[in-house]
Amino acid sequence: MHISVNVDGVTYADEVEPRLLLVHYLRERLSKTGTVVGCDTGNCGACTVHLDGHSVKSCQMLAVQANGHEVTTIEGLARDGKLHPVQEAFHSNHALQCGFCTPGMIMQAIDLLADESDPDDETVRKGLEGNLCRCTGYQNIVRAVQDAAQRMKPGAGPKQEQHSDEHISSKQPVGGE
Amino acid sequence: MIPAEFKYMFPSTVDEAVRMLAEEGEDAKVIAGGQSLVPVLRMRLAAPTALIDIGGLTELTGVRDDGDSLLIGAMTTHYEVQRDHLVQDHALLLRLVTDTIADPQIRHRGTFGGSLCHADPAGDLLAPVLALDAVMIIAGPSGRREVPAAEFFVDYFTTALAPDEILLDVRVPKYTGWGAHYEKLNRVAQAWSIVAVAAAVQVRDGAISAARVGLTNVGSGPLRATEVEAALVGQQASAEAISEAALRASSGDGYKDNLARVLTGRALTAAVAG
Repeated sequence: MHISVNVDGVTYADEVEPRLLLVHYLRERLSKTGTVVGCDTGNCGACTVHLDGHSVKSCQMLAVQANGHEVTTIEGLARDGKLHPVQEAFHSNHALQCGFCTPGMIMQAIDLLADESDPDDETVRKGLEGNLCRCTGYQNIVRAVQDAAQRMKPGAGPKQEQHSDEHISSKQPVGGE
Repeated sequence: MIPAEFKYMFPSTVDEAVRMLAEEGEDAKVIAGGQSLVPVLRMRLAAPTALIDIGGLTELTGVRDDGDSLLIGAMTTHYEVQRDHLVQDHALLLRLVTDTIADPQIRHRGTFGGSLCHADPAGDLLAPVLALDAVMIIAGPSGRREVPAAEFFVDYFTTALAPDEILLDVRVPKYTGWGAHYEKLNRVAQAWSIVAVAAAVQVRDGAISAARVGLTNVGSGPLRATEVEAALVGQQASAEAISEAALRASSGDGYKDNLARVLTGRALTAAVAG
């Protein structure tokens, strides 16, 4: 069957077998191996991607079901060579050991933070219920998600990018007279 | 594992979907969100010859106000049910139950109607839908028909839906202002209920005027605890009345019978408080 899917901002048109799983389409046809397969049963969440902005398990979907939709994978997060704030937070909080669950954890954390901009411990754990980690014991993952929430707060960018009303109003109009 | 081969079909209307089902015969299967069916296909527990994907039938999505009841489209996702203000106001029990289904990723794809048609006895939506006297609106080759939940759930993974029929909507009477709670026992994250109890209670002037209680994963399908409901009506909403009524949730002495009684007590206590 013919499908057309936008993945990480690029539209792909492909002929696929109906039984092809979305995760296998991403990995084997598009070489987006950042999305991994951890289990066969839909429990582990390692294959989490976004479909039209919401997290889904790409091993629980057929590629044909993504026809006409937009998919974002872990490979589509970085901008201009800079990591996404959630990726940065996982890095600086040591929220991974073997790293296998990390792509799914990060994709689900972004989904969670879209709903909950300042989640407490319990909310993070509940939001990551569908993602299993066998190394970290989750402590640093929870910490990283909360750190990411702070990094993504409005006005949380680097000092030089922050504006205050005072700064703006004290500025003289350019090219006046 | 990879599913066995099948023919994939994508109807754009309900009538077209029903026609496809009739043409493909009883080895065809409808796929909604696929959160139960795709794992089943992958483990090769089923190998339908054709999959009819109703993901394009947008008229089956969303919750509508229909006077004394709500109409919940079969393709409404769990995520949408959780956030729907009509469900929140008139069928609080369904929102509370849906909050506990699987995990966020599954709730983004899994559908209200899909869960009911799959009819896993451990599925969370069956008992509350039964207890709330919901009615299934079904389309087939000879037109539409309505089946009360009490007749819809037949047995373990079996419903009254014929192989050539599709669930369109679920009509749920309004339970505006009722207290509700879903008490679910499981051991690990995202696991199925070992046993769960869905309770909705109407309290007027400190007395229970009406009650609905459904049991998940105690029998081969959802059960309604009618004796508990009858024992509550007319009683003061007190701890004594609740614990006395909860004893009627099951008469057996097995592990699940005991759980049914204990969890019914907890569910009613929370429902009365809320």
